Amino acid sequence: MKTNDLIIQTATKVVFFIIFLFSIHIFFAGHYTPGGGFVGGLVMSSAIVLLMLAFDLKTVQEMLPINYTVVTAIGLLISILTASGSIFFNVPFFTHVFDDFYIPLLGETSIHTAMFFDTGVYLVVVGVTITIIQMIGGDE
Amino acid sequence: MINLLLFPVLIPFLFAAVLLLFPKKVKAQRIVTMIGLLFALASSFVLLYKVKVDGVQTLTLGSWAPPFGITMVSDMLSALLVTSSLLIVFFVVWYSFTSIGEEREKAFYYPAILFMLTGVNGAFTTGDIFNMFVFFEVLLMSSYVLIVLGGEKIQLKESIKYIIVNVVSSSLFVITVGYLYSVVGTLNMADISVKLAEIGPSGIVTVIAVLFLIVFGIKGGIFPLFFWLPGSYAAPPIPVLALFGALLTKVGVYAIMRTYTLFFTSDVGYTHNLLMILSILTIVVGCIGALAYFDVKQIIIYNIVIAVGVILFGASVMNESGMMGSVFYLIHDILIKGALFLFIGIIIKITGTSDLRKMGGLIKRYPMLGWSYLIVAFGLAGIPPLSGFIGKLLIVQGGFEAELLWQSIFILASSLLVLLSAIRIFIYAFWGEEKGEHLISPKKYRHLLAPAITLAGITVLYGVGAEYLVPFMADAANVLLDPSIYVDAVFEGVK
Repeated sequence: MKTNDLIIQTATKVVFFIIFLFSIHIFFAGHYTPGGGFVGGLVMSSAIVLLMLAFDLKTVQEMLPINYTVVTAIGLLISILTASGSIFFNVPFFTHVFDDFYIPLLGETSIHTAMFFDTGVYLVVVGVTITIIQMIGGDE
Repeated sequence: MINLLLFPVLIPFLFAAVLLLFPKKVKAQRIVTMIGLLFALASSFVLLYKVKVDGVQTLTLGSWAPPFGITMVSDMLSALLVTSSLLIVFFVVWYSFTSIGEEREKAFYYPAILFMLTGVNGAFTTGDIFNMFVFFEVLLMSSYVLIVLGGEKIQLKESIKYIIVNVVSSSLFVITVGYLYSVVGTLNMADISVKLAEIGPSGIVTVIAVLFLIVFGIKGGIFPLFFWLPGSYAAPPIPVLALFGALLTKVGVYAIMRTYTLFFTSDVGYTHNLLMILSILTIVVGCIGALAYFDVKQIIIYNIVIAVGVILFGASVMNESGMMGSVFYLIHDILIKGALFLFIGIIIKITGTSDLRKMGGLIKRYPMLGWSYLIVAFGLAGIPPLSGFIGKLLIVQGGFEAELLWQSIFILASSLLVLLSAIRIFIYAFWGEEKGEHLISPKKYRHLLAPAITLAGITVLYGVGAEYLVPFMADAANVLLDPSIYVDAVFEGVK
């Protein structure tokens, strides 16, 4: 049976970007308020899942030709290497530091090494979730 | 380098992440895995030296003060275990090059091994009971990948069983940690040790001790919780079986030894007696299984169960000789089980079957294989001066010192049964008339034999050079018997 998914497809084209931006917002909100890389990554993967529901697996793979295993690996590497920075300063592993920087447009911003670690977490969550869904969903 | 004790955990993790980037390039996978393992091995030897010279190494992650941060502790026992697990993985990976097949190598085989190694080494190193759960999960997740990789029918069947058993035991683990937390209000193992000593003997602590025994007993394979082990371990190919048999049960055994010496020392009359009785029963059941089967895999798998019983018996008597014997035997068993599985792997590759009754006469064509297998089999049974002897001697001595006469005699008698079970393989497979075709090219045979013989050589050195290892083993046993060394090292500079 051919389903009529015009409405969901049209809505998804807009909603996808809203969810994507929201996931970025949650990600940056994470340090002092609820949020962070894990939740942000889940929200982002839910956006991709929405794409998959509205279109289908093949179309989405053409839209976003990304190897999600590589995304996972890159995320892991970012996280490990950020945390390993502490080794070079001879302080306990996972010790974090932060400082205030002036960034154009954003103004005075506090940048935290934990944020880079969280970037890795974000990528790992997106990579793993989508890999799992592709595996299960792609199975005929 | 205060982060040194993390290197054996971090290096495999880093290399596993790198390997995920190019899963299809088999040659690159092999080379990068070997480089990673060599680095990790080097760091673990440096760590071993440092622990010997400077005593217990500790580090609390993120510069938080213990007991609030996650503490990593490397005492002699965990440094020894980390080193021997890296050693085993090195040889198994070397053996895998010719044995595992390209299809599996392209399907994240090496990253899964390195992730599992991260979990194993992490569980040996951590000083935080919840963090230990996390590392258990890391190694279990990777072991799920390894057991199902290849997707043969038997693998799928057994992996369902394996996953269900482990999910149940993991949830029980969290529940038990929850109970413990509700009693002592901390997760740091050194802190738990202090708080439990303040509480003294109490019913709820004994209950938690038994629950921990159940949780780790399922992982370690003690009687009657080993029911899943023979079936599940026999399903994956030999290199994976060697890893599982040599390492995974030992993580459970290590966790029992750690918790039963560091935490639950107030009601020894009940908890350690229970551990002692269960370990004897484990040996009984293991011996029956090892003699009952004609399947080489099953014979060696039941020998794992026997060894778990012997090690835990030594730990349960709680005196110096028993504990030192346990540590000796634990390391011996990791090395010898690895070597045995590699050898029977070659036998299975040559004959194409794991049924002893269909083999025979291999000694004519493969004398090297036969005689080196025999040496390893003697080492397994503990014939002096090979590696199993000194450990078992000390364990039995500990048993006599604790006035456990019959149990100790039984352990001695079980050695004979172990010897019989291992010699049966030798008699059936190597003696007699040649049977069937030989399915292996001479080149492939040499490539498989090299890692197995090198590992066998290491086990012989471990036995012959036992005298040089005594100071290391004594250090490990001292920390186990005197928790205050462990506690002081963690809280150094805080209290």
